[in-house]
Amino acid sequence: MSQPSISKSMTIGESGLAVVFAATAFLCVIAAAKALDAPFAFHAALSAAASLAAVFCIVNRYFERPAALPPAEINGRPNYNMGPIKFSSFMAMFWGIAGFLVGLIIASQLAWPALNFDLPWIQFGRLRPLHTSAVIFAFGGNVLIATSFYVVQKSCRVRLAGDLAPWFVVLGYNFFILVAGTGYLLGVTQSKEYAEPEWYADLWLTIVWVVYLLVFLVTVIKRKEPHIFVANWFYLAFIVTIAVLHLGNNPALPVSVFGSKSYVAWGGIQDAMFQWWYGHNAVGFFLTAGFLAIMYYFIPKRADRPIYSYRLSIIHFWALIFLYIWAGPHHLHYTALPDWTQTLGMTFSIMLWMPSWGGMINGLMTLSGAWDKLRTDPVLRMLVVSVAFYGMSTFEGPMMSIKVVNSLSHYTDWTIGHVHSGALGWVGFVSFGALYCLVPWAWNRKGLYSLKLVNWHFWVATLGIVLYISAMWVSGILQGLMWRAYTSLGFLEYSFIETVEAMHPFYIIRAAGGGLFLIGSLIMAYNLWMTVRVGEAEVQMPVALQPAE
Amino acid sequence: MSFWTRHQVFEKNSIILIVGILLVIAIGGLVEITPLFYLKSTIEKVDGVRPYTPLELAGRNVYVREGCYLCHSQMVRPLRDEVERYGHFSLAAESMFDHPFQWGSKRTGPDLARVGAKYSDDWHVTHLINPRAIVPQSVMPGYPFLSQNEVDPGTIADHMRTLRTVGVPYTDDQIANAGADLKAQADPDNAGGDAFSKRYAKAVVRNFDGKTGTPTEMDALIAYLQMLGTLVDFKIYNEKANLR
Repeated sequence: MSQPSISKSMTIGESGLAVVFAATAFLCVIAAAKALDAPFAFHAALSAAASLAAVFCIVNRYFERPAALPPAEINGRPNYNMGPIKFSSFMAMFWGIAGFLVGLIIASQLAWPALNFDLPWIQFGRLRPLHTSAVIFAFGGNVLIATSFYVVQKSCRVRLAGDLAPWFVVLGYNFFILVAGTGYLLGVTQSKEYAEPEWYADLWLTIVWVVYLLVFLVTVIKRKEPHIFVANWFYLAFIVTIAVLHLGNNPALPVSVFGSKSYVAWGGIQDAMFQWWYGHNAVGFFLTAGFLAIMYYFIPKRADRPIYSYRLSIIHFWALIFLYIWAGPHHLHYTALPDWTQTLGMTFSIMLWMPSWGGMINGLMTLSGAWDKLRTDPVLRMLVVSVAFYGMSTFEGPMMSIKVVNSLSHYTDWTIGHVHSGALGWVGFVSFGALYCLVPWAWNRKGLYSLKLVNWHFWVATLGIVLYISAMWVSGILQGLMWRAYTSLGFLEYSFIETVEAMHPFYIIRAAGGGLFLIGSLIMAYNLWMTVRVGEAEVQMPVALQPAE
Repeated sequence: MSFWTRHQVFEKNSIILIVGILLVIAIGGLVEITPLFYLKSTIEKVDGVRPYTPLELAGRNVYVREGCYLCHSQMVRPLRDEVERYGHFSLAAESMFDHPFQWGSKRTGPDLARVGAKYSDDWHVTHLINPRAIVPQSVMPGYPFLSQNEVDPGTIADHMRTLRTVGVPYTDDQIANAGADLKAQADPDNAGGDAFSKRYAKAVVRNFDGKTGTPTEMDALIAYLQMLGTLVDFKIYNEKANLR
């Protein structure tokens, strides 16, 4: 290329970020030295090391790179930024396996309590948040970041906004996961379910999340298409709402800026309501809206069919995000929360059934005229079955939010089964399907290493899910009924421990189901690894295609 | 212009789309959460609920740290079987000083909202060290390490000061004597016992773990468990006045 040679200099982003990280490293060293507790010292030292590594990477990249930054377009075609997407896809697979493994461990601990080994770091109470955060935020979060960065570029036909910013998002987010996860093992927790990380991890996540929003939003603003594609509405709703929820649920006052412990600003009943407003919408916006965005891009793409109904997507988008926010109180039925709030929560949860099924119908009917592909393409099958699971758990959810049903199901394994039919069936399968599509695309491969292995993954994981959720249905309903059983003389029939004992066989079946799901993910990891390692590269067109006359 | 054409304003303008999303998601939260801060009927009027003693607070922090809430709820629902199994249903007032709340969402083990004074301290020590020594079918992890960890009386006042900032009504007197009170509650021979009992109504002074020396996390956790659900006297609680 005959570009005039430009003198190489650091961009403002490079120099600015290097200085900020250097300063952060310095502050973290001080914090580590003055730390009041060991976990805080560990996290401060970890942050100092990570900041120094960041400074090194930025400076090193500057010396390695050519004078000009990567162009936004090459030969009139967008020069898509795939690096952060590849990293996030890899981390998704890594955390997925880690999260499923921890899930299997805690499931086994409930069946055989000796597996707690009387040790603080690996006992159930500390591993359980590790499991939930690893699968929801580490696995799910990386899938969402990877796919959103891919979809927003492709559907807007522009390169991702920012130079260092996308890397800051993926690396910063995974560093948050590392701090949160090690914190759980060391006993650092706010005890707010799915929002357990302490104040400093929360602050860091806030910064990362704002940058994520900016990268996504600026890319949308720069788009070459007049319309914003449907999937991007869902991604945007997911990113914005998670920010609101995170800020609303987490305001806390640290006991000392050099210690890990803090006390949340809300107390008692208000804290409960804030928590489940957050908790249910982590489901609604993280695990639903974000993954619906995946559905809206990857199913039409893979099936090679347009989305079934554009109007349905408009209606169900607004209805879904409006109704979801109200559903939180159904986690607090019959508690000390006032009745009016409970009733509102129940009413809106039942209404939520409709937009949820609107999304399911839109996803499934996209297959119109392409149903035969389910026989030949196991990746598409995985995506479609995920939508079927979505439909099933979004029917079960509203049903369980009815107060009478909830009086039986609440506090039992039925809730755990319900969550997992959504998490394994819907979120898991749609993520697997998306990664099976995304990895060949991002690494520029003709296709997957083996469709046969995808088929194996599909059936092994499906069997695992069926074992898991049916075991939890039986144990949950059984336990609920045993708690309220009366003898003919009017006494409670069972002591609590008898109901615990009755759970034992189902806990073993559940662990077996989880084990199968884990095996499936290992098959997947091997398949993706081989796709990247030995897959055939796709031949790129040297020049842009001429548009049809 | 049809509805579908009008909707294009969102599809073609990212900022308008974001503002639309923010407005739509704000409504539910505002309607459900804000009234809880000012409606007077939200929290019942009861006598007896007080902030945690320093030792109970330290125990509560152990409870939070070990994730007890993941298997034990602290919320008795007003259902016949629960009231018979656990005791009077939980009142909002009973957790009004809880930052964070510990109502829980799962009962792998029984509810603990009214576990206070149900079992002896010895029972708790043995059970926490090895649950299966007392309940063979139990699936609860053992927590023998709690007996080895001492509670730091030096920093507990900072915790109470922080809690006061977020709304827990600790008095200056309570904060000034926090460290001494922490020791006094776990030592019946301590000279500060009387002053402590005046500062915290209904607080139990006992050597919870049976060992001498600085209170351990075992002392603290048992002190917390033994006070759960004992503050409100339901013999004099006026149910009718608090009908909601």
